[in-house]
Amino acid sequence: MMPEISLELILYTTALGLISIGLAGVVLSRHLFRMVLALVIAEAGANLMLVLAGYRWDAVAPILTTLGEHPPMVDPVPQAMVLTAIVIGVGIQALAVSILIRIRQRYGTLDRSQVAERMDAEIADTAGIPRDVSQESPLGERPLPSLPDSTVEIRGGHS
Amino acid sequence: MRNLTSLLFAGGLGFMLLAIASGLDFGAPPMLVGGAIQSTAPQETGATNIVTSVVLGYRGIDTLGELSILFAAAAAAGLVLGRRHTTAGTLTEGGFVLKHGGAMLFPLLMTIGFYIIFHGHLTPGGGFQGGVILAAAFFLPLLARPGARLHHGMLSVIEGFAGSSFILIGLAALSEGEAFLQPMLVQDTLGQLVSAGTLPLLYLAVGLKVGAELAGLLSHLAQTESEV
Amino acid sequence: MTQIELWMVMLLALMVLSAAVMVLLVKNHIAAVAAASVVSLGLALLFVLMRAPDVAMTEAAVGAGLSSLILALALRRLGLWRVDGVKTQVNLIKAKGEGHQDA
Repeated sequence: MMPEISLELILYTTALGLISIGLAGVVLSRHLFRMVLALVIAEAGANLMLVLAGYRWDAVAPILTTLGEHPPMVDPVPQAMVLTAIVIGVGIQALAVSILIRIRQRYGTLDRSQVAERMDAEIADTAGIPRDVSQESPLGERPLPSLPDSTVEIRGGHS
Repeated sequence: MRNLTSLLFAGGLGFMLLAIASGLDFGAPPMLVGGAIQSTAPQETGATNIVTSVVLGYRGIDTLGELSILFAAAAAAGLVLGRRHTTAGTLTEGGFVLKHGGAMLFPLLMTIGFYIIFHGHLTPGGGFQGGVILAAAFFLPLLARPGARLHHGMLSVIEGFAGSSFILIGLAALSEGEAFLQPMLVQDTLGQLVSAGTLPLLYLAVGLKVGAELAGLLSHLAQTESEV
Repeated sequence: MTQIELWMVMLLALMVLSAAVMVLLVKNHIAAVAAASVVSLGLALLFVLMRAPDVAMTEAAVGAGLSSLILALALRRLGLWRVDGVKTQVNLIKAKGEGHQDA
């Protein structure tokens, strides 16, 4: 006898909702730390999805409690996969966080567009080419820098 | 505008995935591999926890790959964070409760961590969960006394020893003419602590490696104070 | 799957989803880390109901415990460790010297 709101719908909505919320957070957030958190959520949703793939009605956990004949069990293979995925996830997360710490030390900010801007400026300075005007600021705001001809060629070749 | 399109993208993706997922028959997986493993695992590996049989027996080499990924991630994090700064003078000591509670919790955490590792083939649990608890046990004194240091050389030795013993157990199976990491010494005594052959040893190696790695990572994160 | 289990799953799903939304919306970074921890905890309970005790243990130990610890340590390193209403937090956690982390 199935209840009206099926279990299936709730669980799939949870898993896919977590994935969508995480992806939306990755795309939307301006702060890099929030982006890492969103990634963690998306990963949790993917893990739940994998466990759901192995679920079986009226089954028990895949652990033998009696010798001989045992009741039907849920699929152990996705569970083993999720087990390793969670631990890998925390390793990746630690790596991401340490990269954030380095970014903060280097550029002094964690705002996504500011970091990109300063990174571009640094790359341009190191390469000895003039800095690009930021893509997010309107062109009419300030006059374009008057460039010597030689550097214009370099920029043209660069882009 | 950009936010709106991003939201639309995420919502549309979720809806599309939901539409696809509603086509799957929930609660009745075909279980071709899973069913075969369930019927043969207790005899082949001697472990009552079938997930453990899958993690260490049927997909042992996958676990080895997972351990190497974790090692690479921890090593890269240590590399990115760079050298340690001395911050012993700047951080304040923990309060009375934190200090003495930490000291009292340490043996309990060690006990429960090793319990979970050693019973990984009988009950839920195993090397990963127990290893994380061991890492927490070693990290707790650092919270109470920020000046304290974990012995990083010792951690590296434990980690290397555990990792190489995992591979050596696999190679031992190879030298017996079996497949790499195939469980050996299987006695058919289901449910005993000493059973399931080499699986508890493999899980012990996994637990020590995970614990040492994560403890080193945590102390690294805690000790290198930012200069900004 | 009994009726009670269905209700528990529904409540947990609601908790997990709302905590996930909170992670993205809440201003304070410490609160965001705590909400991410709540997501992991709710998922661990869901895993128990889905007959996956191994995964539930891992999620509770790694996702809710260790991962929050890593994120909180990173918050301190990133200089984002700010509690709303700074005046109320004095003497609660640390005896003295509070405030050097509030960059």
